[in-house]
Amino acid sequence: MKTIFEKSRPGRRAASLPCSRVDERFCQLSQLPPELRREKPAELPEVAEIDLVRHYTLLSRMNFGVDVGTYPLGSCTMKYNPKFTEWAARLPGFAGLHPLLPQLRRGGLLAQGALRVVYELEQLLKQITGMDAFTMQPLAGAHGELTGIMLMAAYHKDKGNQKSIVLVPDSAHGTNPASAAIAGYQVVTVPSKDGVMDPVAFKEKLNDEVAGVMMTNPNTLGLFNPHIAEITEAAHRADAIMYYDGANLNAIMGYAKPADLGFDIVHLNLHKTFGTPHGGGGPGAGPVGVVEKLMDYLPISRVEMRADGTLFLNYDHPNSIGYVAPFYGNFGVCLKAFAYILALGGEGLKEVSEDAVLAANYLRVKLGDKWEVAFNRPCMHEVVFSAEDKAADYGVSALDVAKALIDEGFHPPTVYFPLVVKESLMIEPTETEALENLDAFIAAMGRIADKAAGDPEALHAAPITTPVGRLDEVAAARHPVLKEPEDQGA
Amino acid sequence: MLAALGQGSVAELFEVIPERLRARAWDLPPGMSEPEVGQYLAKLAGLNAQDLVCFLGGGFYDHHIPAAVDALISRGEFYTAYTPYQAEMSQGTLQSIFEYQSAICRLTGLDAANASMYDGGTAIYEAAMMAVRKTKRKKLIVCTSVSPIYRIMLKSYTVNLHLELVEADLSDPSALQGLLDQDTAGLILQNPDFFGVLHDYAPHFEAVHAVKGLGILGCNPIALAVAKTPVEMGADIAVGEGQPLGLPLSFGGPYLGFMAAAEGLLRTMPGRIVGRAHDKEGRTGYCLTLQTREQHIRREKATSNICSNEALCALAAVIFLGLMGKQGLVELAELNMTQAAYARERLGAIPGVEAVDQGPWFNEFRVRLPIDARVAVSRMIDKGIAAGFPLGRYYPDQANNLLVAVTEKRSKEEIGYLAEGLEAVL
Repeated sequence: MKTIFEKSRPGRRAASLPCSRVDERFCQLSQLPPELRREKPAELPEVAEIDLVRHYTLLSRMNFGVDVGTYPLGSCTMKYNPKFTEWAARLPGFAGLHPLLPQLRRGGLLAQGALRVVYELEQLLKQITGMDAFTMQPLAGAHGELTGIMLMAAYHKDKGNQKSIVLVPDSAHGTNPASAAIAGYQVVTVPSKDGVMDPVAFKEKLNDEVAGVMMTNPNTLGLFNPHIAEITEAAHRADAIMYYDGANLNAIMGYAKPADLGFDIVHLNLHKTFGTPHGGGGPGAGPVGVVEKLMDYLPISRVEMRADGTLFLNYDHPNSIGYVAPFYGNFGVCLKAFAYILALGGEGLKEVSEDAVLAANYLRVKLGDKWEVAFNRPCMHEVVFSAEDKAADYGVSALDVAKALIDEGFHPPTVYFPLVVKESLMIEPTETEALENLDAFIAAMGRIADKAAGDPEALHAAPITTPVGRLDEVAAARHPVLKEPEDQGA
Repeated sequence: MLAALGQGSVAELFEVIPERLRARAWDLPPGMSEPEVGQYLAKLAGLNAQDLVCFLGGGFYDHHIPAAVDALISRGEFYTAYTPYQAEMSQGTLQSIFEYQSAICRLTGLDAANASMYDGGTAIYEAAMMAVRKTKRKKLIVCTSVSPIYRIMLKSYTVNLHLELVEADLSDPSALQGLLDQDTAGLILQNPDFFGVLHDYAPHFEAVHAVKGLGILGCNPIALAVAKTPVEMGADIAVGEGQPLGLPLSFGGPYLGFMAAAEGLLRTMPGRIVGRAHDKEGRTGYCLTLQTREQHIRREKATSNICSNEALCALAAVIFLGLMGKQGLVELAELNMTQAAYARERLGAIPGVEAVDQGPWFNEFRVRLPIDARVAVSRMIDKGIAAGFPLGRYYPDQANNLLVAVTEKRSKEEIGYLAEGLEAVL
């Protein structure tokens, strides 16, 4: 489809600007001297509002979201995003609130409603995870990881510990090693055994140099690590900090809390477990919770309560790591998650985990006839299959399977991750897919398995129902075209 | 479903969690219906002072958001999608990001933009780290007129990285002498600066290039419609806060960090980048590209750990820029400047109030009051006006200075109330 720049026609416009009504001489007064002015205007599109609205409406129709259909993208928790939370985030009392307002003298009193959202969400997340305090500042999951590692570093610095290593299991999300590395740590990978981080291998890697351990539990294979207590106890003996990647918290709400499992820091992806939409790649939110020994280091400001019950921003935490975001986090996202938690309540959240785990196990068993499960034992919220046998027998890869699912009307699972399973297909149905949707997915996967044996060429050609077929990504990376050339639509 | 699993109850599926580690307490409130949650949240929203006339800025502005922005980003096909890993069914997200990248390149004049960073502050930090990686040097020089909020963020992020962070007033480029050396990775400036003043930083960037360091410029995206561009000044990387481009203030987020860089820096850039591609039949499409920079491929060797960014905010921004258009964005910028010039004159006419800077300004400026600006602002709140940001909070030697932002939404009458009110409370 043509870009908005290609649809540009000289002189067309959609902008509707107010009339200044101040004296003409202020226009003159505000004119820039030539040396401060840009040479020529930026070549932005010249379109009427209807051109633009049709353009982006047509683009939206070339996109697939949870609102369109089943989206079992493993580890991404693509559950339904309730509409009332969108309404809440658009309430003018929240959406129009300037973040500097509470930083004015007595300004906190002007933002008590917003501070109340942050404060109450913190109390709820503490209860859900068992942690002692939360910061809402981190703006996404990986940003939460970086914040967590910075907290870990501040803790060790304060104690005079000289530690330079962060341990990460081989099944970890790529963000874990990346976060540890950009915070200045050396990353050492711990191998898995039988699908989970091996406590024996872990203890071999554990020494006084280890500052912390980043784990996802259940991990990216959807498996809960039964050795978790042994691991966290050993880590604590070495004064290493246990970091919980909350990407998979959706599996254990009401059944286990990261703090009880021995974790010291946790980040939560509000855009996964707590129902806020992913936006096609953000905005998310990644609040970070800590146990008491790390509380002093949390970013400032923190929302605290005075004796009279009013809330205020407290910047007076001298051991704080500082600011990781300009203000109080992705407030609009936090607000949606708050609304979601209020609506579901304790029992509802527990049911979320139960239904998510039930759905994943249903797929594990029902797909098991035609697809090879990587680890065939009860899983938590997601299950990983391998197309290795289909690749060997028929030349049909995990990628072919993914593309064939698109033609069947489903978003594919995560493919080629986790790295510990060859030709992996990582499926997370979430709790919001009805039984008939799961059955339809199972039927589609069955047809694809049959086709792999009978007509593998057809799978190599998939998808055929989309606006474009498989794109030549190698050529795209070799000769990158990352913008519309300037002569286009100028 | 349980029968298919041969299980008697859902609880059995959780038996893998050792009994002694199970949650003992689960003291969360009971669920609420949609109208109940709605009433509660509407009540909380009502506790916020939402009717104040807003002259607060500091990098975050009360601009008008055209209705079409929200109408389009509210389409479920856009906002309930994940990161576009499956390109064939994500062409909507991918093409819109490509258009966003194109618009950012056209605004800044630079060669390549990424799909977005979290916000303006993290974008500065990522740009600084690009300079460190590219030059393999350790020293970053930051002007004190860069947002103090972002400077605190930069300090927080780099404290453990064995870097040297130097802050200095660099309004005069001669101040750079003695600071620039063979270990200088980058120079970070902001235009308009935190006090709303527009600059030509060409001499600064020439100086940093002379020692083979990189020039980084923080920009206001609406000011870019009229101001000398980063590339015209010689900057290598441009970053900024995209909130003015159609995003609500929303108490601090979600916002949008934008980033563009010169071609030679492409492979050190953080974050998602969308590129144009073709299928076997020669049809044009879009996909995530240059992914070998990224965490999901390169893990601990990635250029950044960023994964989820601010895609929907970038979509809002490109829609906003399309609605404003080539001519409209210039008019919007000029309207902001005109209203601010009027406000400057009105405030400057108050006895005891004087402008601090010589200008030229964009849509924000500082005035020196005869009393503590915190006191004046506090008194103005009672008149229904958020009069500006008292600078003493971040600049202890500027206790009487007030930073006043004036957007196109502030009418002549509102500016009049501001001036009359301020005169009365001093």
